[in-house]
Amino acid sequence: MTDNIVISTRGLNKEFIRDEFHVVALQDVGLDIHKGEFIALMGPSGSGKSTLLHLIAAMDTATGGEIRVLGQDLRALSDRQIAHWRNENIGFIFQSFNLIPVLTALENVELPLKLTNLKKQERIDHATTALQLVGLGDRLGHYPRQLSGGQEQRVAIARAIVTDPSLILADEPTGNLDASSAEEILTLVSRLNKEHGKTVVMVTHDPHAARFASKIRYLEKGALLSEGAVPAN
Amino acid sequence: MAIPVTYNFRNLIVRKTTTIMTALGIALTVAVLLAILALVNGLRTTLSSSGDPLQVLVLRKGSESELVSNFTRGQFQDLKFKPGIARGRDGDPMASLEVVTVINLASVDAPDGMNVSVRGIAPAGIAMRQGLRISEGRWFQTGRRELVVGKSIAHRFPDARIGKKIAFGRGEWEVVGVLDAGHGAQNSEIWGDLNQVSSDLQRIEVLSAALVRAVDSVAAKALINDINNDQRLNMNALSEREYYDLQTRSAAPIEFTGVFIAIIMAVGSSFAAMNTMYAAVARRAQEIGTLRVLGFSRGSILSSFFFESVLLALLGGLLGCLLVLPLNGITTGVGGPNFSELDFNFHVTPRIMAMGVAFAVILGAFGGVFPAHNASRKEILAALRGV
Repeated sequence: MTDNIVISTRGLNKEFIRDEFHVVALQDVGLDIHKGEFIALMGPSGSGKSTLLHLIAAMDTATGGEIRVLGQDLRALSDRQIAHWRNENIGFIFQSFNLIPVLTALENVELPLKLTNLKKQERIDHATTALQLVGLGDRLGHYPRQLSGGQEQRVAIARAIVTDPSLILADEPTGNLDASSAEEILTLVSRLNKEHGKTVVMVTHDPHAARFASKIRYLEKGALLSEGAVPAN
Repeated sequence: MAIPVTYNFRNLIVRKTTTIMTALGIALTVAVLLAILALVNGLRTTLSSSGDPLQVLVLRKGSESELVSNFTRGQFQDLKFKPGIARGRDGDPMASLEVVTVINLASVDAPDGMNVSVRGIAPAGIAMRQGLRISEGRWFQTGRRELVVGKSIAHRFPDARIGKKIAFGRGEWEVVGVLDAGHGAQNSEIWGDLNQVSSDLQRIEVLSAALVRAVDSVAAKALINDINNDQRLNMNALSEREYYDLQTRSAAPIEFTGVFIAIIMAVGSSFAAMNTMYAAVARRAQEIGTLRVLGFSRGSILSSFFFESVLLALLGGLLGCLLVLPLNGITTGVGGPNFSELDFNFHVTPRIMAMGVAFAVILGAFGGVFPAHNASRKEILAALRGV
C-alpha cells in the first residue's frame, strides 16, 4: 500500500506574516493520497485548502513538516529541478483557465511539451490528441478569446494532461463556469481519473463538484479534519 | 527549451500602439545617430579620396593650408628638380605650382554668399590629379578668363553654372565646364588657368603651394624629409593624403556633438523601452506565473522578456535606418580647407546601418534587462495573483 502513496505529508505547516499579523495557513497536516484516487479538498475560504494544493505542486514552500510527492522530497530540489519536476509530473488546472491569450489552443497545449525532447511534429501530434480527448479537435487554431469559458477550461485540461503527468491538481476548476460547463468539466476530470488512472486532487467549495471525487477531505482553520469528519457548521 | 518566440512576436503585435510608439522613439534616436555618422562618413570619404599618397604638397613653413601659404616661382624651380620626383611622358618633372584664393558666391543655402576656393592650375597639375573628368562642357583654355567648376559648386551655386560669368580679379570669368572628381574635394573648387588667375590676382611671382609626385612611396617619404630639412627652401612638405587627413579634424566636433546628442536621446529611449517592458511584465504577471507552473524556469522567463525588449528595439533600429535612408546622397557643406566651403554627400553605408541596428539592440538590452530580471524573480503565487 505504501508504494501506492502519491502524496504524503507529515506535520505540514505553513505560516506567514501579512500586514504585521502572524497567519497560520496550515497546521500539522498529515495526509496520504494513493495512486488513482480522486480527492476533493473542501473547506471555507481561508481554511488552507489552496495553500495545501500549492505546497503539493511545489509552487510554495512549507515552513515546517515533511512533504513527499511521487516519492520526491520537494525540499531537496533546487528551483530549476522543481520546474523540471513539475513539468514532468504535475498537470495543473486553474480556476481562471490561465491560457496564454496570444497563443492558439494548439500552441497553448503544446507549450509544456517545449520542455521535453519531442520533435516539433511529435509535439503537434501530442497536443492535437490531447485536444481531441477533451472534445476540441475542431478548435485547434482558435485563440482563447474565440472560445467559451467551458472550452477554455477544456483547453487548460488538455494542457494539463499533454505531458501525461501522474498527478492532476485542480484549483476550483469550475469556479468561473456556468452549471452546464461545470458539469462537462467535472465529467472530463472524472474520466481522466477513472479511464486514464490519473490521481486527482481538486480544491473546491462546491459540494456538487466534490461529489465527483472518490473521497472528500475537509480543512478548517488550517487543520485537516480526520477522514470522514465534516466541519461543525 | 525556451519560451517560443511566437509568444514575444504576438505580444508585440497585440499591444501595437505601445510597440509602435516605443519603436518610433528608438527609431528617432537611431536616425539622429545615423545622420551624424553618415555626415561624418561623407566628409571623411570626400577628404580621404582627395589625397594621393604619392603626391607631396609643399607649403610655406608654418602654413596649415594652401590659402595662407606663399610659394615663389624661384622656389618652385629649386623644388622641381629634387631627387625622387617622378617624370611625366614628356620627361618633365611631375610638379605643379598653384595659386589658391577664395571668392564669395551666393549659394542656394546662403544667398548672401559663401567662400569658394578658386585654384589657378597649369595643365601639368591637372594631369597629376587622377580620376578627374569633365562631366559637362569643356576644360578652360590657357590665357583666357575661363573656369571649370566642381560638380558640387555647379549644383549649389546658381551663378556658377555653365555659361554664367563670375566676377573676380580684374574681370569676369566664364564658366565653361563642370568637373567631376568622384567623391574628391575638388568637386568644391573652381579651377582656372594658373597664369591668368595669378595675373588677375596680381600674384604672378608669389603663388600659394606646389604639388609634386614621387616615383614611389619610399621616394615620397624621402622627398618629404629632404624638403623639410632644406633650410634654403624653408618649406613644409607633407603627403597630399596626410594634408586631407588633417582636414578631417573639422569632422571631429560634428561627430562629438552628434554622438553626445544621440547618447542623451539613447538614455531617454532606453528608459522608454524599460517603461514599456515594466508595463508588459506587470500586465502579464499571471502569464509569468502560469509559465512557471508549466515548468519554465526563471532563466526562460528572463530570456523571453529580454528577447522581447531587444526585438522591440530591433524594430526601432530598422525603422531608424529607413528614416535616415533618404538622406543618402544629399549634398551639404562645411568649412573646409582654405576657409572655403567643402561640399560632400551624406553617405549612409551598410556598415553605418549595422551600427545603428547594433546601437538599437544595446538600447533594447539595457531597457529590457531590469524588467526581465524583475519578471524572472516573481514568486509563482504572487505572479498568479497578478502582483
